[in-house]
Amino acid sequence: MKHKNTVKLEFPSIPDNVALARVVVGTMLANMDFTLTDVDDVKVAVSEAVSNAVLHGYQNRSNGLVYLTITAEPQGLEIIVEDYGRGIQDVEKAMEPAFSTLPERMGMGFVFMKSFMDKLEVDSQVGRGTRVRMFKASLQAMRAVQ
Amino acid sequence: MDLDASLSGETLVVRLYGELDLRVSDNLRPRLDKELDRQRVKHLLFNLRGVDFIDSSGIGFILGRYKKVKAQGGTVALAGPNRSVHRILDLSGMYKVMSGFANESEALKALEGGKQG
Repeated sequence: MKHKNTVKLEFPSIPDNVALARVVVGTMLANMDFTLTDVDDVKVAVSEAVSNAVLHGYQNRSNGLVYLTITAEPQGLEIIVEDYGRGIQDVEKAMEPAFSTLPERMGMGFVFMKSFMDKLEVDSQVGRGTRVRMFKASLQAMRAVQ
Repeated sequence: MDLDASLSGETLVVRLYGELDLRVSDNLRPRLDKELDRQRVKHLLFNLRGVDFIDSSGIGFILGRYKKVKAQGGTVALAGPNRSVHRILDLSGMYKVMSGFANESEALKALEGGKQG
């Protein structure tokens, strides 16, 4: 890819928009230097981050807003998912496998984000919201490191 | 995404289609639970051949039904996932608690103890 490309989306916190976020990310990945498995991984990671914003950030209230910023550059893809919901009390604990405050959530969300992306940063403040920043390095960037 | 459920012996065969995420899981959960309560079901077989995406919401949906069926003494099997869905199921440890099969007929044979043709 020649140019850096940044796309910003703002959408209400409804479950339908999880698929929308995946489609946008998938479309941006299609033009980049990634394997098919990488593409699958990033789609799962963005799905988890947006689902968390809807379910945990806004506790399934549909009137919250989720902000998704995707930046494609030769080195890789950066995804930022932000909500202004209730925030996470203990980020470290929330990132442990099998930790979940909701039944049937399995606590797999952060585990998938962590294992499928090359970088994961979570900033959260109770009552203020949560910002998840993830990065996946492109094949080109991986080759440069080796 | 839709759900297509039919009883084969004591096994409820559920064919799922589309993307198994938060919206779809929320939508399928009450419908499948109704089927499980309505029919005399012992085992549950998920045919995942038509599923092209799954995340932790989908995993939670399957595991929730697994707990329900197991509590009633039955077992759950997974059949026919594509490569990427299979990978997520594997990483989530789903195959540690339920068996995976290449296709629906193999899974049915195992669940029904070879009684089904």
